[in-house]
Amino acid sequence: MTDLSSAPGATPAGVRKPHSLYEVDALTKRRNATEFRFRLYGIIAIAISLSVLALMLFTIFSDGISAFRQASLSFPVTLTEEKLDPAGNRNREEMAKVTTIGYSNLLKENFAAYVNSQGFEVEGLTDAMIGDMLSRDAAAQVRNQVLADPELIGTTIDVTVLANGRIDGYLKGRVNREEALRDKNVTPEQLDLTDKLVDQGILTVAFNWGFMTRPDASDQRPESAGLGVAILGSAYMMMIVLVLTLPIGVAASIYLEEFAPKNWFTDLIEVNISNLAAVPSIVFGILGLAVFINFAGLPQSSSLVGGLVLTLVCLPTIIIATRASIRAVPPSIRDAALGVGASKMQTVFHHVLPLAMPGILTGTILALATALGETAPLLLIGMVAFVGTHPSAPIQGFFEPATALPVQVYGWASRSDPAFLERSSGAVIVLLFFLLIMNAIAIILRRRFERRW
Amino acid sequence: MSMSMVYLVIAVLAVVGFLLCRARALASAGGEARNLHSLPNYYGWHAVVMTVLPSLLVLIVWLIAQPIYIERQLENYFPPGALEDDSQRTLIMGDVRRVAAGIETAVSRGAMTSDEADALSPEDVRARLAAARIPLGSEVSGQVLDAAQDYRQIVIWGAFGRAALAILVSALGLLYAVSVSNKDFRARNRVEQVTLGVLIVASMIAILTTLGIVLSLVTEAGRFFTMYPFTDFLFGLKWDPKFQGNSTFGLIPLLWGTLYISLVAMIVAIPLGLFTAIYLSEYASPRVRSVVKPAIEVIAGIPTVVFGLFALVTVGPFLRDFIAQPLGLGNSGASVMTAGIVIGILNVPFISSLADDIINAVPQAMRDGSYGLGATPSETIRQVVLPAALPGIVGAVLMAGSRAIGETMIVTMGAGAAATMSLNPFEAMTTITVKIVGQLTGDTAFDSPETLVAFALGITLFVITLALNIVALLIVRKYREQYE
Amino acid sequence: MVNKVNNMLDDARLKDRTMTGTDIKITARNVQVHYGTSHAIKDLNVDILNNTVTAFIGPSGCGKSTFLRCLNRMNDTIASCRVDGEIKLDSEDIYDKKVDPVQLRAKVGMVFQKPNPFPKSIYDNVAYGPRIHGLARSKADLDDIVEKALRRGAIWDEVKDRLQSPGTGLSGGQQQRLCIARAVATEPEVLLMDEPCSALDPIATAQVEELIDELKQNYSVVIVTHSMQQAARVSQKTAFFHLGNLVEYGETGQIFTNPKDPRTESYISGRIG
Repeated sequence: MTDLSSAPGATPAGVRKPHSLYEVDALTKRRNATEFRFRLYGIIAIAISLSVLALMLFTIFSDGISAFRQASLSFPVTLTEEKLDPAGNRNREEMAKVTTIGYSNLLKENFAAYVNSQGFEVEGLTDAMIGDMLSRDAAAQVRNQVLADPELIGTTIDVTVLANGRIDGYLKGRVNREEALRDKNVTPEQLDLTDKLVDQGILTVAFNWGFMTRPDASDQRPESAGLGVAILGSAYMMMIVLVLTLPIGVAASIYLEEFAPKNWFTDLIEVNISNLAAVPSIVFGILGLAVFINFAGLPQSSSLVGGLVLTLVCLPTIIIATRASIRAVPPSIRDAALGVGASKMQTVFHHVLPLAMPGILTGTILALATALGETAPLLLIGMVAFVGTHPSAPIQGFFEPATALPVQVYGWASRSDPAFLERSSGAVIVLLFFLLIMNAIAIILRRRFERRW
Repeated sequence: MSMSMVYLVIAVLAVVGFLLCRARALASAGGEARNLHSLPNYYGWHAVVMTVLPSLLVLIVWLIAQPIYIERQLENYFPPGALEDDSQRTLIMGDVRRVAAGIETAVSRGAMTSDEADALSPEDVRARLAAARIPLGSEVSGQVLDAAQDYRQIVIWGAFGRAALAILVSALGLLYAVSVSNKDFRARNRVEQVTLGVLIVASMIAILTTLGIVLSLVTEAGRFFTMYPFTDFLFGLKWDPKFQGNSTFGLIPLLWGTLYISLVAMIVAIPLGLFTAIYLSEYASPRVRSVVKPAIEVIAGIPTVVFGLFALVTVGPFLRDFIAQPLGLGNSGASVMTAGIVIGILNVPFISSLADDIINAVPQAMRDGSYGLGATPSETIRQVVLPAALPGIVGAVLMAGSRAIGETMIVTMGAGAAATMSLNPFEAMTTITVKIVGQLTGDTAFDSPETLVAFALGITLFVITLALNIVALLIVRKYREQYE
Repeated sequence: MVNKVNNMLDDARLKDRTMTGTDIKITARNVQVHYGTSHAIKDLNVDILNNTVTAFIGPSGCGKSTFLRCLNRMNDTIASCRVDGEIKLDSEDIYDKKVDPVQLRAKVGMVFQKPNPFPKSIYDNVAYGPRIHGLARSKADLDDIVEKALRRGAIWDEVKDRLQSPGTGLSGGQQQRLCIARAVATEPEVLLMDEPCSALDPIATAQVEELIDELKQNYSVVIVTHSMQQAARVSQKTAFFHLGNLVEYGETGQIFTNPKDPRTESYISGRIG
């Protein structure tokens, strides 16, 4: 007591000089400057992250948006009988012996003749150069058309075929005349002709539906490469993932949340799930390769194996999300149901699960979105291979080789022709579009059914 | 009888069982559902469970057992020494399966009758199949043809036996269900027990997955280490796989590249992520937070392959043209810096959202105490909030580190493939994940060390990331307990 | 003996106060506080004296804690809170634009309902305030300040041998006295206490109350309390709040024995609360 009463003012240390609140002293000024800097660091950090994100989206969109437009040439072709149906009996099997090379020559001749008939004067332009402006894919397209309808032979039809990738690139600003001098695939004369053809409406640029529907194409034909197989493959895999993860994930979560006794075994399961969620996805690819392909003998590159691997990748996340939404259902609901004599199982399936369902669906959709963008494990199970034909309809199609959207992005990005960069970026746009839709659905679900207890 | 027919029959039996047992139970209670032990539908579901589940189990066991039995059976056709070598064995068995499948397809296409197929001789089998447009790679030896014929027989009889057994079991199950369906039978309890069993099996898939990962990694890596010395792999300073064999697989350069890139990534991600989290949780108004937080999280929602493309097309060339070349540090677009910076950005939302949670878990009373003493917000954050949240933040950083180490697409597209060890961050280096992809997507035979080394790399990656995650989880769990 | 001295001191100071009236520490005029749309404090006027324990009593939600938090601008940290009117500390408006709340809070310290020691050592808990306000020129200085604060917090004897052990390891009552020591270490002029004993057991409460009684020799102490007994035990002046209004303010003895307002009487006699 005495000690305390003598304390005030006795020691000079710690005694603040009385001063007005209106004056900000030097120390406070320094402290406020530090405060300002600290705050600024936060803003800078956010600005850096967001501007990198914006830059990324911007570059990818500006590189990729042109993939949705494609140059094509329209001109008349006379389908001469002696070239396309030497036997002359319109028998499809015999006509099929004429390869695309035969069609290609016919198309080139016809196109060159048509261009020459239009009276364009370009110095140094040879017929071969004119013919090379067509895509290598054009022959296959016309061949399919003829084989589908042999009666066309002998007539003259108007065809619209893809232009060569370099011509397409020129119209999109990717190829210019200086480069054309060095590039053996295109000549400046062809570019001069291109300008004239555009003026005449023979060469037109239109929306590129083929990008969404065609299969992948070889290195020589970037203009005909499309995402058809990749979109189908991704869709098949998403179906498999959804069908497998939702029941398994819900069942596992119900057991762990509602029934599991607290013992070492359930502890083991819990630790397992949280660790699996953090295992790099590529390890799941190794698992898929070793177990599904080498051990179980499932077909390589197939959507089935891809779907199974992706199921394992996203099962832990789904279980974690599902458990969270089951836990969010208040115990009072369970007590109420148990109180009127429902069994534990009835309580869970009649009351808890329906209430947790919006949360479970949201979590599942978000996990599906992650699975849709997953690339590394799919590379290991062979989905990076070139797939030139669409898989057939489910269930047969699940066993056939396919590829996936993100894998296609990677596959095209690793090719040397810059035309494939445009495709790759375009594929990213498609991929992001699907992700956006899935996330939007998840957000709407959450908004609409969100419940606050 | 095809599998789908079997399933159809079982499904029909199940429906019949459902209706029958439900009706029987009701009848035993004199049509009065109140006198039943369980609701009428439970008797129906009990019948469904009894009809479907045992026969499905039989089918699964049969499907697993049949290939093993066939392999045993086919061994008799070959001389004792011929199958000792593993790769030899796979080759021969593959031949047998192909020939058998070829003959079967030919029969189903109508190119030959079943009798003709049985009478095929080793000399003409290839020609006959080629005529039916079924190409075989090589001439067929007598042993292989005999084995293939036997294989066909076993498969045909196997399919028949399987169908018969499955349907029989299903019918027995149905009979049993019918026999017990009366008003005192505890159908609900039985159905619930089965449901619980299904739930338990579902929750064990996680364990099975881990088991599958560990087993496949360990067995294949074990095969690799019989061909290549363990110490040479673990401490080797040179990575040089060759197509012709005689390759050198030293882990150290890959580990160096992996850790170097992850270090750069963490140097980028930690300050950005932490300051983002601090700003969002301590300074931002609710409005700003509601806009910025989702925007940052968009980064986490974008697939890594997109970041890989960004690294390849934009970041790599930018760093090369504006930093590496002017400073004379190299002229490679793919580099440690390229991959590290992009992975760093990718990890920002991960660190920031974890740190945000952790910072928010620090009780408001702590902050009030500090503000009440006249501390500024930054002083409060640095001296009170962060020290209190530190264990959790360390955990978050470790998790982010493990993600950076396991990241695949960005390094595949942005770091390069050259297994060099250098201090220059503008040089292309490679990582464990890049080499896993590289070795497993090549054309080498699956049994060669060039392919199997990927499993040794996989196990290395698995162990590193798992260790980091377990440590992180322990730290975070301990931290959570502190405030709960 | 001690009691008698205390009584005499009280009497002397009371007389002093009534004679001069110059030692008014805080004046509040027409204070209005809004949380978003709800009107938490309505037109409040009060003078808080130096070297006095002033108790704010009233039922839950009456605005007493809100008003307390206005006195050192702790409400600034709540975005939706708006304070109008005038609150003066030593005749300077604390809501003036020129005033830095950081400096204000160094003058007006605060102790909270739940003991909230930082997850640091006992020493660092107490040294925190002096460090950020630059009150110590040397380590020895700081040691001095910490010791003095801990003595004033009446906890020195219990912790002097374990200054480096964590503050969170103390018992509840010790933690609260540590928090008081932490608050007085910055040499405030006013000490605000928001139900400082509500989380403590009776013995710890008695210790803290004794401490409050001692603190009034150096500070103007404002205490919000739920317990009327506590208000009667520790305070010289009492303010009764009801539904955001300051209903009655006066000598503690007078409020408890002879309340002028019927609402005060109801509350004191336990009819509202």
